[in-house]
Amino acid sequence: MTRVTQQTARIVFFLSAAVSAMAAALVFGFLLVFGFPLIGGGEFFSLLARPWSPGQGLYGFLPMITGTAAISFLSIVFALPLSLGTVCFMGGLGPARISRLVDGFVRFMTGIPTVIYGFLGIFLLVPVVRTLFTSAGSGMCILSASLMLSLLVSPTMILFFKDGFDSVDVRYIQAADALGADSVQRLIYVILPEAWPGIVTGIIMGLGRAMGDTLIALMIAGNAVHVPGSILDSARTLTSHIALVSASDYDSLAFKSIFACGLTLYVLNAFAVIAVRKLGGKRGQAR
Amino acid sequence: MKTGIAAIGLLAGSVLFLGTAQAGAVDSFSGLSGEIRISGGTAHIPVMKEAAKQIMTANPDISISIAGGGSGVGIKQVGEGIVDIGNSGRAATDAEVEKYGLKLFKWAIDGVGAAVNPGNPVTSLTKAQLKDIYSGKITNWKDLGGKDAPITVYTRDESSGTRAVFWKKALDKGDIVSSANFVVSNGAMKTAIANDPNAIGYVSVGHMDASVAGVALDGVFPTIDTVKSGEYKVARGLYSNTQGDPSGLTQLFIAYLLSPEGQRIVVQKGFVPVN
Repeated sequence: MTRVTQQTARIVFFLSAAVSAMAAALVFGFLLVFGFPLIGGGEFFSLLARPWSPGQGLYGFLPMITGTAAISFLSIVFALPLSLGTVCFMGGLGPARISRLVDGFVRFMTGIPTVIYGFLGIFLLVPVVRTLFTSAGSGMCILSASLMLSLLVSPTMILFFKDGFDSVDVRYIQAADALGADSVQRLIYVILPEAWPGIVTGIIMGLGRAMGDTLIALMIAGNAVHVPGSILDSARTLTSHIALVSASDYDSLAFKSIFACGLTLYVLNAFAVIAVRKLGGKRGQAR
Repeated sequence: MKTGIAAIGLLAGSVLFLGTAQAGAVDSFSGLSGEIRISGGTAHIPVMKEAAKQIMTANPDISISIAGGGSGVGIKQVGEGIVDIGNSGRAATDAEVEKYGLKLFKWAIDGVGAAVNPGNPVTSLTKAQLKDIYSGKITNWKDLGGKDAPITVYTRDESSGTRAVFWKKALDKGDIVSSANFVVSNGAMKTAIANDPNAIGYVSVGHMDASVAGVALDGVFPTIDTVKSGEYKVARGLYSNTQGDPSGLTQLFIAYLLSPEGQRIVVQKGFVPVN
Protein backbone atom coordinates (compact mmCIF):
# COMPACT_ATOMS: atom_id res chain seq x y z
CA MET A 1 0.00 0.00 0.00
CA THR A 2 2.63 2.55 1.05
CA ARG A 3 4.72 1.40 -1.91
CA VAL A 4 1.87 2.19 -4.27
CA THR A 5 1.29 5.60 -2.67
CA GLN A 6 4.98 6.30 -2.92
CA GLN A 7 5.07 5.34 -6.59
CA THR A 8 2.01 7.46 -7.37
CA ALA A 9 3.44 10.43 -5.54
CA ARG A 10 6.71 10.01 -7.40
CA ILE A 11 4.93 9.96 -10.79
CA VAL A 12 2.72 12.95 -9.92
CA PHE A 13 5.68 15.01 -8.76
CA PHE A 14 7.75 14.01 -11.75
CA LEU A 15 4.93 15.01 -14.12
CA SER A 16 4.49 18.36 -12.36
CA ALA A 17 8.21 19.03 -12.61
CA ALA A 18 8.22 18.01 -16.28
CA VAL A 19 5.28 20.30 -17.09
CA SER A 20 6.94 23.23 -15.30
CA ALA A 21 10.20 22.66 -17.11
CA MET A 22 8.38 22.33 -20.43
CA ALA A 23 6.48 25.55 -19.82
CA ALA A 24 9.70 27.44 -19.15
CA ALA A 25 11.30 25.92 -22.26
CA LEU A 26 8.21 26.68 -24.37
CA VAL A 27 8.19 30.31 -23.26
CA PHE A 28 11.83 30.56 -24.30
CA GLY A 29 11.05 28.87 -27.64
CA PHE A 30 8.09 31.17 -28.18
CA LEU A 31 10.21 34.28 -27.59
CA LEU A 32 12.90 32.88 -29.86
CA VAL A 33 10.46 32.17 -32.71
CA PHE A 34 8.82 35.58 -32.54
CA GLY A 35 12.10 37.40 -32.06
CA PHE A 36 13.75 35.37 -34.80
CA PRO A 37 13.14 37.81 -37.69
CA LEU A 38 15.30 40.26 -35.77
CA ILE A 39 17.86 37.76 -34.51
CA GLY A 40 18.20 36.08 -37.91
CA GLY A 41 18.73 39.41 -39.63
CA GLY A 42 21.59 40.11 -37.24
CA GLU A 43 19.59 43.08 -36.02
CA PHE A 44 19.14 41.74 -32.53
CA PHE A 45 22.53 42.86 -31.30
CA SER A 46 22.25 46.32 -32.77
CA LEU A 47 18.90 46.61 -30.99
CA LEU A 48 20.76 46.24 -27.73
CA ALA A 49 22.77 49.36 -28.46
CA ARG A 50 20.23 51.61 -30.15
CA PRO A 51 17.74 54.14 -28.77
CA TRP A 52 13.95 53.75 -28.97
CA SER A 53 12.33 56.20 -31.36
CA PRO A 54 9.56 54.56 -33.41
CA GLY A 55 8.95 57.84 -35.25
CA GLN A 56 12.41 57.53 -36.81
CA GLY A 57 12.28 53.77 -37.23
CA LEU A 58 14.59 53.06 -34.29
CA TYR A 59 13.48 50.17 -32.08
CA GLY A 60 16.51 49.65 -29.86
CA PHE A 61 16.30 49.23 -26.13
CA LEU A 62 19.59 50.49 -24.81
CA PRO A 63 17.76 53.04 -22.60
CA MET A 64 15.68 50.24 -21.09
CA ILE A 65 18.69 48.03 -20.41
CA THR A 66 20.49 50.85 -18.63
CA GLY A 67 17.28 51.73 -16.79
CA THR A 68 16.79 48.14 -15.62
CA ALA A 69 20.42 47.83 -14.54
CA ALA A 70 20.44 51.14 -12.67
CA ILE A 71 17.14 50.59 -10.87
CA SER A 72 17.74 46.97 -9.87
CA PHE A 73 21.36 47.45 -8.74
CA LEU A 74 20.52 50.56 -6.76
CA SER A 75 17.59 48.81 -5.09
CA ILE A 76 19.96 46.04 -3.94
CA VAL A 77 22.37 48.69 -2.64
CA PHE A 78 19.53 50.09 -0.52
CA ALA A 79 18.10 46.72 0.47
CA LEU A 80 21.36 45.04 1.49
CA PRO A 81 22.12 46.95 4.71
CA LEU A 82 18.43 46.92 5.61
CA SER A 83 18.11 43.16 5.12
CA LEU A 84 21.43 42.27 6.69
CA GLY A 85 20.66 44.45 9.67
CA THR A 86 17.24 42.85 10.13
CA VAL A 87 18.70 39.35 9.92
CA CYS A 88 21.47 40.16 12.41
CA PHE A 89 18.82 41.54 14.73
CA MET A 90 16.76 38.37 14.39
CA GLY A 91 19.87 36.18 14.53
CA GLY A 92 20.90 37.00 18.09
CA LEU A 93 21.35 40.76 18.51
CA GLY A 94 17.75 41.52 19.36
CA PRO A 95 15.49 40.13 22.08
CA ALA A 96 13.85 36.86 21.07
CA ARG A 97 10.25 38.04 21.40
CA ILE A 98 10.73 41.10 19.18
CA SER A 99 12.73 38.97 16.72
CA ARG A 100 9.73 36.68 16.32
CA LEU A 101 7.50 39.70 15.70
CA VAL A 102 9.93 41.02 13.07
CA ASP A 103 10.07 37.57 11.47
CA GLY A 104 6.29 37.46 11.21
CA PHE A 105 6.21 40.95 9.76
CA VAL A 106 8.83 40.10 7.12
CA ARG A 107 6.82 37.05 6.07
CA PHE A 108 3.73 39.23 5.87
CA MET A 109 5.61 41.73 3.69
CA THR A 110 6.40 39.09 1.08
CA GLY A 111 2.67 38.90 0.38
CA ILE A 112 2.07 42.60 -0.27
CA PRO A 113 1.17 43.13 -3.95
CA THR A 114 3.63 45.36 -5.79
CA VAL A 115 0.86 47.69 -6.93
CA ILE A 116 0.46 48.75 -3.28
CA TYR A 117 4.12 49.79 -3.21
CA GLY A 118 3.55 51.57 -6.49
CA PHE A 119 0.67 53.62 -5.12
CA LEU A 120 2.53 54.38 -1.90
CA GLY A 121 5.43 55.49 -4.06
CA ILE A 122 3.33 57.86 -6.15
CA PHE A 123 1.56 59.52 -3.25
CA LEU A 124 4.19 59.47 -0.51
CA LEU A 125 7.72 59.00 -1.85
CA VAL A 126 7.61 60.85 -5.18
CA PRO A 127 6.50 64.21 -3.69
CA VAL A 128 9.22 63.93 -1.03
CA VAL A 129 11.92 63.23 -3.62
CA ARG A 130 10.58 66.07 -5.76
CA THR A 131 10.80 68.60 -2.94
CA LEU A 132 14.15 67.35 -1.64
CA PHE A 133 15.92 67.42 -5.01
CA THR A 134 14.76 70.24 -7.26
CA SER A 135 16.66 68.79 -10.21
CA ALA A 136 14.61 65.60 -9.95
CA GLY A 137 11.83 67.30 -11.90
CA SER A 138 8.72 65.25 -11.32
CA GLY A 139 10.27 63.10 -8.61
CA MET A 140 9.52 60.11 -10.80
CA CYS A 141 13.06 58.88 -11.11
CA ILE A 142 15.51 56.04 -10.60
CA LEU A 143 16.02 57.02 -6.96
CA SER A 144 12.31 56.83 -6.10
CA ALA A 145 11.80 53.56 -7.94
CA SER A 146 14.81 51.85 -6.40
CA LEU A 147 13.92 53.04 -2.89
CA MET A 148 10.45 51.56 -3.29
CA LEU A 149 11.82 48.46 -4.97
CA SER A 150 14.24 47.90 -2.08
CA LEU A 151 11.16 47.49 0.14
CA LEU A 152 9.90 44.83 -2.24
CA VAL A 153 13.12 42.82 -2.43
CA SER A 154 14.11 43.12 1.25
CA PRO A 155 11.74 40.41 2.55
CA THR A 156 13.01 38.00 -0.13
CA MET A 157 16.60 38.76 0.81
CA ILE A 158 15.88 38.54 4.54
CA LEU A 159 14.30 35.10 4.19
CA PHE A 160 17.28 33.80 2.20
CA PHE A 161 19.76 35.37 4.62
CA LYS A 162 17.89 33.83 7.53
CA ASP A 163 18.05 30.49 5.80
CA GLY A 164 21.82 30.92 5.60
CA PHE A 165 22.00 31.90 9.27
CA ASP A 166 19.91 28.93 10.33
CA SER A 167 22.11 26.53 8.38
CA VAL A 168 25.19 27.44 10.46
CA ASP A 169 26.24 24.37 12.41
CA VAL A 170 25.04 24.77 15.98
CA ARG A 171 28.31 23.23 17.26
CA TYR A 172 30.30 26.19 15.88
CA ILE A 173 28.05 28.56 17.77
CA GLN A 174 28.36 26.51 20.93
CA ALA A 175 32.14 26.49 20.50
CA ALA A 176 32.15 30.27 20.17
CA ASP A 177 29.96 30.57 23.25
CA ALA A 178 32.29 28.23 25.14
CA LEU A 179 35.22 30.51 24.26
CA GLY A 180 33.33 33.38 25.84
CA ALA A 181 32.35 35.24 22.69
CA ASP A 182 29.61 37.85 23.04
CA SER A 183 26.75 38.03 20.56
CA VAL A 184 28.49 40.56 18.28
CA GLN A 185 31.72 38.53 18.12
CA ARG A 186 29.71 35.36 17.49
CA LEU A 187 27.94 37.11 14.63
CA ILE A 188 31.06 38.57 13.01
CA TYR A 189 33.51 35.69 13.44
CA VAL A 190 31.25 32.65 13.19
CA ILE A 191 27.80 33.22 11.74
CA LEU A 192 28.47 35.75 8.95
CA PRO A 193 31.39 33.83 7.34
CA GLU A 194 29.51 30.53 7.61
CA ALA A 195 26.26 31.98 6.27
CA TRP A 196 28.01 33.72 3.36
CA PRO A 197 26.69 31.44 0.58
CA GLY A 198 23.14 32.04 1.79
CA ILE A 199 23.76 35.77 1.75
CA VAL A 200 25.05 35.69 -1.83
CA THR A 201 22.04 33.59 -2.90
CA GLY A 202 19.75 36.10 -1.24
CA ILE A 203 21.39 39.01 -3.05
CA ILE A 204 21.06 37.30 -6.43
CA MET A 205 17.45 36.27 -5.81
CA GLY A 206 16.72 39.84 -4.75
CA LEU A 207 18.37 41.14 -7.90
CA GLY A 208 16.28 38.76 -10.04
CA ARG A 209 13.15 39.90 -8.27
CA ALA A 210 14.10 43.57 -8.77
CA MET A 211 14.80 43.05 -12.49
CA GLY A 212 11.57 41.18 -13.03
CA ASP A 213 9.25 43.55 -11.21
CA THR A 214 7.12 45.64 -13.52
CA LEU A 215 4.63 47.74 -11.62
CA ILE A 216 6.86 49.73 -9.30
CA ALA A 217 9.14 50.91 -12.10
CA LEU A 218 6.18 51.46 -14.43
CA MET A 219 4.36 53.57 -11.86
CA ILE A 220 7.14 55.64 -10.33
CA ALA A 221 10.26 55.61 -12.52
CA GLY A 222 8.69 57.94 -15.09
CA ASN A 223 9.31 55.71 -18.14
CA ALA A 224 11.25 58.25 -20.19
CA VAL A 225 13.01 56.67 -23.16
CA HIS A 226 16.45 58.17 -22.78
CA VAL A 227 19.62 56.70 -21.32
CA PRO A 228 19.48 58.08 -17.77
CA GLY A 229 22.36 60.36 -16.81
CA SER A 230 21.81 60.49 -13.04
CA ILE A 231 19.77 58.72 -10.40
CA LEU A 232 17.42 61.70 -10.41
CA ASP A 233 16.53 61.11 -14.07
CA SER A 234 13.39 59.40 -15.16
CA ALA A 235 14.02 55.95 -16.68
CA ARG A 236 12.23 53.01 -18.27
CA THR A 237 12.90 49.36 -17.46
CA LEU A 238 12.64 46.41 -19.86
CA THR A 239 9.56 45.16 -18.04
CA SER A 240 7.70 48.47 -18.12
CA HIS A 241 8.69 48.86 -21.76
CA ILE A 242 6.99 45.56 -22.60
CA ALA A 243 3.94 46.62 -20.62
CA LEU A 244 3.79 49.97 -22.40
CA VAL A 245 4.20 48.80 -25.97
CA SER A 246 2.18 45.58 -25.96
CA ALA A 247 -1.07 47.20 -27.06
CA SER A 248 0.22 48.43 -30.41
CA ASP A 249 -0.21 47.07 -33.93
CA TYR A 250 1.14 43.51 -34.11
CA ASP A 251 2.36 43.83 -37.68
CA SER A 252 4.83 46.53 -36.77
CA LEU A 253 8.53 46.18 -36.16
CA ALA A 254 7.94 47.85 -32.79
CA PHE A 255 5.85 44.88 -31.74
CA LYS A 256 8.45 42.36 -32.92
CA SER A 257 11.17 44.19 -31.06
CA ILE A 258 9.20 43.60 -27.87
CA PHE A 259 9.89 39.89 -28.23
CA ALA A 260 13.59 40.64 -28.48
CA CYS A 261 13.14 42.73 -25.36
CA GLY A 262 11.45 39.84 -23.57
CA LEU A 263 14.22 37.53 -24.70
CA THR A 264 16.83 39.86 -23.20
CA LEU A 265 14.99 39.91 -19.90
CA TYR A 266 14.59 36.12 -19.94
CA VAL A 267 18.30 35.60 -20.54
CA LEU A 268 19.26 38.10 -17.83
CA ASN A 269 17.04 36.33 -15.30
CA ALA A 270 18.27 32.92 -16.43
CA PHE A 271 21.82 34.09 -15.69
CA ALA A 272 20.75 35.08 -12.17
CA VAL A 273 19.18 31.66 -11.57
CA ILE A 274 22.20 29.81 -12.97
CA ALA A 275 24.43 31.86 -10.69
CA VAL A 276 22.29 30.79 -7.74
CA ARG A 277 22.58 27.12 -8.78
CA LYS A 278 26.35 27.40 -9.04
CA LEU A 279 26.63 28.97 -5.60
CA GLY A 280 24.14 26.51 -4.14
CA GLY A 281 26.25 23.69 -5.49
CA LYS A 282 29.40 25.05 -3.91
CA ARG A 283 27.57 25.42 -0.66
CA GLY A 284 26.50 21.80 -0.84
CA GLN A 285 30.10 20.65 -1.35
CA ALA A 286 31.28 22.69 1.59
CA ARG A 287 28.92 20.87 3.94
CA MET B 1 -1.87 47.22 -16.03
CA LYS B 2 -3.66 49.20 -18.67
CA THR B 3 -6.46 46.69 -19.00
CA GLY B 4 -6.62 46.46 -15.21
CA ILE B 5 -7.25 50.16 -14.91
CA ALA B 6 -9.71 50.03 -17.79
CA ALA B 7 -11.53 47.18 -16.09
CA ILE B 8 -11.80 49.07 -12.81
CA GLY B 9 -13.06 52.12 -14.65
CA LEU B 10 -15.53 49.99 -16.56
CA LEU B 11 -16.79 48.38 -13.40
CA ALA B 12 -17.30 51.72 -11.69
CA GLY B 13 -18.88 53.12 -14.83
CA SER B 14 -21.26 50.23 -15.27
CA VAL B 15 -22.39 50.36 -11.67
CA LEU B 16 -23.25 54.02 -12.17
CA PHE B 17 -24.95 53.31 -15.42
CA LEU B 18 -27.04 50.38 -14.22
CA GLY B 19 -28.73 52.76 -11.82
CA THR B 20 -30.05 54.88 -14.65
CA ALA B 21 -30.51 52.24 -17.34
CA GLN B 22 -33.98 52.07 -18.80
CA ALA B 23 -35.56 49.83 -21.34
CA GLY B 24 -34.90 51.42 -24.70
CA ALA B 25 -32.82 50.77 -27.75
CA VAL B 26 -31.60 47.39 -26.44
CA ASP B 27 -35.15 46.16 -27.10
CA SER B 28 -34.44 46.14 -30.83
CA PHE B 29 -32.14 43.15 -30.18
CA SER B 30 -34.76 41.09 -28.35
CA GLY B 31 -35.27 37.58 -29.66
CA LEU B 32 -32.14 37.75 -31.83
CA SER B 33 -29.02 35.65 -31.47
CA GLY B 34 -25.57 35.65 -33.01
CA GLU B 35 -22.17 37.21 -32.76
CA ILE B 36 -20.63 40.62 -33.42
CA ARG B 37 -16.84 40.84 -33.70
CA ILE B 38 -15.25 44.22 -33.14
CA SER B 39 -11.61 45.31 -33.22
CA GLY B 40 -9.45 48.40 -33.75
CA GLY B 41 -9.16 51.74 -31.98
CA THR B 42 -8.43 51.49 -28.28
CA ALA B 43 -10.06 54.83 -27.43
CA HIS B 44 -13.40 53.31 -28.43
CA ILE B 45 -13.17 50.35 -26.10
CA PRO B 46 -14.88 51.82 -22.98
CA VAL B 47 -17.95 52.77 -25.03
CA MET B 48 -17.87 49.46 -26.94
CA LYS B 49 -17.69 47.44 -23.72
CA GLU B 50 -20.51 49.35 -22.06
CA ALA B 51 -22.73 49.03 -25.14
CA ALA B 52 -21.91 45.33 -25.42
CA LYS B 53 -22.67 44.81 -21.75
CA GLN B 54 -26.07 46.50 -22.03
CA ILE B 55 -26.98 44.49 -25.11
CA MET B 56 -25.70 41.14 -23.84
CA THR B 57 -27.29 41.53 -20.40
CA ALA B 58 -30.70 42.08 -21.98
CA ASN B 59 -30.15 39.44 -24.70
CA PRO B 60 -28.01 36.54 -23.49
CA ASP B 61 -28.07 34.85 -26.92
CA ILE B 62 -26.00 37.64 -28.47
CA SER B 63 -22.24 37.59 -27.97
CA ILE B 64 -20.05 40.58 -28.74
CA SER B 65 -16.28 40.29 -28.77
CA ILE B 66 -14.11 43.41 -28.55
CA ALA B 67 -10.40 43.56 -29.35
CA GLY B 68 -7.99 46.48 -29.60
CA GLY B 69 -5.09 46.72 -32.02
CA GLY B 70 -5.26 50.33 -33.10
CA SER B 71 -7.05 52.20 -35.86
CA GLY B 72 -4.94 50.73 -38.66
CA VAL B 73 -5.65 47.18 -37.52
CA GLY B 74 -9.38 47.91 -37.21
CA ILE B 75 -9.60 49.16 -40.79
CA LYS B 76 -7.48 46.30 -42.12
CA GLN B 77 -9.41 43.59 -40.30
CA VAL B 78 -12.86 44.85 -41.21
CA GLY B 79 -11.70 45.24 -44.81
CA GLU B 80 -10.52 41.64 -44.90
CA GLY B 81 -13.72 40.37 -43.32
CA ILE B 82 -12.04 39.17 -40.13
CA VAL B 83 -14.31 41.33 -37.97
CA ASP B 84 -17.78 42.84 -38.44
CA ILE B 85 -16.88 46.29 -37.14
CA GLY B 86 -13.44 47.93 -37.33
CA ASN B 87 -13.03 50.98 -35.12
CA SER B 88 -10.78 53.88 -35.95
CA GLY B 89 -9.89 57.14 -34.28
CA ARG B 90 -9.52 58.78 -37.68
CA ALA B 91 -11.58 58.80 -40.86
CA ALA B 92 -10.49 56.03 -43.19
CA THR B 93 -8.53 57.44 -46.14
CA ASP B 94 -10.09 57.55 -49.61
CA ALA B 95 -7.73 54.77 -50.68
CA GLU B 96 -8.88 52.55 -47.81
CA VAL B 97 -12.56 53.29 -48.45
CA GLU B 98 -12.13 52.40 -52.13
CA LYS B 99 -10.01 49.29 -51.52
CA TYR B 100 -12.28 47.71 -48.93
CA GLY B 101 -15.65 49.34 -49.74
CA LEU B 102 -15.90 50.76 -46.23
CA LYS B 103 -18.84 52.58 -44.70
CA LEU B 104 -17.92 55.02 -41.93
CA PHE B 105 -20.11 55.76 -38.92
CA LYS B 106 -18.99 58.57 -36.65
CA TRP B 107 -20.66 58.28 -33.26
CA ALA B 108 -18.55 60.55 -31.06
CA ILE B 109 -16.05 63.40 -31.08
CA ASP B 110 -13.03 63.29 -28.82
CA GLY B 111 -11.02 66.39 -27.92
CA VAL B 112 -7.55 66.36 -26.43
CA GLY B 113 -6.30 69.29 -24.38
CA ALA B 114 -2.97 70.21 -22.83
CA ALA B 115 -3.23 70.33 -19.06
CA VAL B 116 -1.14 71.63 -16.16
CA ASN B 117 -1.30 71.48 -12.37
CA PRO B 118 -4.12 73.68 -11.01
CA GLY B 119 -1.53 75.68 -9.03
CA ASN B 120 0.32 76.70 -12.17
CA PRO B 121 -0.25 80.36 -13.16
CA VAL B 122 0.42 79.54 -16.83
CA THR B 123 -2.96 78.60 -18.29
CA SER B 124 -2.61 79.85 -21.83
CA LEU B 125 -0.04 78.96 -24.47
CA THR B 126 0.46 79.56 -28.13
CA LYS B 127 0.89 76.58 -30.38
CA ALA B 128 4.53 77.56 -30.95
CA GLN B 129 5.17 77.60 -27.19
CA LEU B 130 3.52 74.22 -26.74
CA LYS B 131 5.65 72.75 -29.52
CA ASP B 132 8.80 74.25 -27.96
CA ILE B 133 7.90 72.73 -24.58
CA TYR B 134 7.35 69.29 -26.08
CA SER B 135 10.46 69.38 -28.25
CA GLY B 136 12.56 70.44 -25.23
CA LYS B 137 13.41 73.98 -26.39
CA ILE B 138 11.62 75.60 -23.45
CA THR B 139 12.52 73.87 -20.20
CA ASN B 140 11.58 76.36 -17.48
CA TRP B 141 8.19 77.77 -16.54
CA LYS B 142 9.69 81.24 -16.02
CA ASP B 143 10.15 81.57 -19.79
CA LEU B 144 6.36 81.33 -20.06
CA GLY B 145 5.56 83.79 -17.29
CA GLY B 146 5.39 81.20 -14.55
CA LYS B 147 7.63 80.54 -11.56
CA ASP B 148 11.28 79.55 -11.81
CA ALA B 149 10.92 75.77 -11.99
CA PRO B 150 11.84 73.11 -14.52
CA ILE B 151 8.99 71.89 -16.75
CA THR B 152 8.23 68.18 -16.46
CA VAL B 153 6.78 66.92 -19.70
CA TYR B 154 4.39 63.97 -19.61
CA THR B 155 3.35 61.97 -22.63
CA ARG B 156 1.55 58.73 -23.55
CA ASP B 157 2.88 55.64 -25.29
CA GLU B 158 2.82 55.21 -29.07
CA SER B 159 -0.32 53.05 -29.06
CA SER B 160 -2.37 55.82 -27.48
CA GLY B 161 -4.99 57.44 -29.67
CA THR B 162 -4.94 60.45 -27.38
CA ARG B 163 -1.25 60.84 -28.14
CA ALA B 164 -1.84 60.42 -31.87
CA VAL B 165 -4.31 63.28 -32.16
CA PHE B 166 -2.35 65.55 -29.83
CA TRP B 167 0.87 64.91 -31.72
CA LYS B 168 -0.75 65.51 -35.08
CA LYS B 169 -2.98 68.49 -34.35
CA ALA B 170 -1.40 70.27 -31.37
CA LEU B 171 2.28 69.56 -32.05
CA ASP B 172 2.00 69.40 -35.86
CA LYS B 173 3.86 66.05 -35.72
CA GLY B 174 6.77 67.73 -33.95
CA ASP B 175 9.33 66.02 -31.74
CA ILE B 176 8.58 64.87 -28.21
CA VAL B 177 11.68 65.17 -26.03
CA SER B 178 13.11 61.79 -25.02
CA SER B 179 13.31 62.73 -21.35
CA ALA B 180 9.50 63.05 -21.24
CA ASN B 181 7.83 60.91 -18.59
CA PHE B 182 5.41 58.30 -19.87
CA VAL B 183 2.10 57.45 -18.27
CA VAL B 184 -0.22 54.64 -19.31
CA SER B 185 -3.73 56.09 -19.39
CA ASN B 186 -5.80 59.25 -19.22
CA GLY B 187 -6.41 58.49 -15.55
CA ALA B 188 -2.70 58.09 -14.80
CA MET B 189 -2.00 61.32 -16.70
CA LYS B 190 -4.44 63.21 -14.50
CA THR B 191 -2.90 61.76 -11.33
CA ALA B 192 0.59 62.67 -12.48
CA ILE B 193 -0.38 66.26 -13.34
CA ALA B 194 -2.42 66.71 -10.17
CA ASN B 195 0.56 65.61 -8.06
CA ASP B 196 3.33 67.44 -9.89
CA PRO B 197 3.24 71.26 -9.64
CA ASN B 198 5.59 71.57 -12.65
CA ALA B 199 3.83 69.14 -14.96
CA ILE B 200 2.42 69.55 -18.42
CA GLY B 201 0.59 66.75 -20.17
CA TYR B 202 -2.51 66.13 -22.27
CA VAL B 203 -5.80 64.44 -21.51
CA SER B 204 -9.00 63.67 -23.30
CA VAL B 205 -11.39 66.60 -22.81
CA GLY B 206 -14.01 64.37 -21.22
CA HIS B 207 -11.52 63.36 -18.55
CA MET B 208 -10.72 66.91 -17.45
CA ASP B 209 -11.91 67.92 -13.98
CA ALA B 210 -10.82 70.14 -11.10
CA SER B 211 -7.69 68.05 -10.43
CA VAL B 212 -6.01 69.45 -13.56
CA ALA B 213 -6.17 72.79 -15.36
CA GLY B 214 -6.84 72.76 -19.08
CA VAL B 215 -4.50 75.04 -21.03
CA ALA B 216 -5.95 77.39 -23.62
CA LEU B 217 -4.26 76.83 -26.96
CA ASP B 218 -4.05 80.04 -29.00
CA GLY B 219 -6.75 81.47 -26.73
CA VAL B 220 -9.26 78.61 -26.85
CA PHE B 221 -9.80 76.45 -23.77
CA PRO B 222 -10.32 72.73 -24.35
CA THR B 223 -13.85 72.02 -23.16
CA ILE B 224 -16.67 69.85 -24.43
CA ASP B 225 -18.40 73.00 -25.71
CA THR B 226 -15.46 74.38 -27.69
CA VAL B 227 -14.83 70.93 -29.16
CA LYS B 228 -18.51 70.69 -30.07
CA SER B 229 -18.53 74.13 -31.73
CA GLY B 230 -15.34 73.32 -33.65
CA GLU B 231 -13.48 76.24 -32.08
CA TYR B 232 -10.99 73.93 -30.35
CA LYS B 233 -9.13 72.19 -33.13
CA VAL B 234 -7.33 69.31 -31.38
CA ALA B 235 -10.19 66.91 -31.90
CA ARG B 236 -11.14 63.92 -33.96
CA GLY B 237 -14.10 61.70 -34.66
CA LEU B 238 -14.47 58.22 -33.26
CA TYR B 239 -15.57 55.93 -36.06
CA SER B 240 -16.98 52.46 -36.47
CA ASN B 241 -16.39 51.12 -39.97
CA THR B 242 -18.12 48.29 -41.78
CA GLN B 243 -17.47 46.61 -45.10
CA GLY B 244 -20.32 47.69 -47.32
CA ASP B 245 -23.68 48.57 -45.78
CA PRO B 246 -24.07 46.90 -42.40
CA SER B 247 -26.81 44.35 -41.95
CA GLY B 248 -28.37 42.26 -39.20
CA LEU B 249 -26.81 42.56 -35.76
CA THR B 250 -24.01 44.81 -36.99
CA GLN B 251 -26.52 47.32 -38.30
CA LEU B 252 -28.46 47.17 -35.02
CA PHE B 253 -25.27 47.68 -33.03
CA ILE B 254 -24.36 50.82 -34.96
CA ALA B 255 -27.94 52.07 -34.65
CA TYR B 256 -27.64 51.45 -30.92
CA LEU B 257 -24.46 53.57 -30.70
CA LEU B 258 -26.29 56.42 -32.43
CA SER B 259 -29.50 56.03 -30.39
CA PRO B 260 -30.16 58.25 -27.34
CA GLU B 261 -29.12 55.37 -25.12
CA GLY B 262 -25.84 54.81 -27.00
CA GLN B 263 -25.12 58.51 -27.05
CA ARG B 264 -25.67 58.58 -23.30
CA ILE B 265 -22.88 56.01 -22.96
CA VAL B 266 -20.73 58.25 -25.18
CA VAL B 267 -21.27 61.18 -22.81
CA GLN B 268 -20.76 59.01 -19.74
CA LYS B 269 -17.38 57.84 -21.08
CA GLY B 270 -16.26 61.42 -21.59
CA PHE B 271 -16.76 62.02 -25.30
CA VAL B 272 -18.84 64.53 -27.26
CA PRO B 273 -21.98 62.91 -28.73
CA VAL B 274 -22.81 63.45 -32.39
CA ASN B 275 -26.59 63.50 -32.01
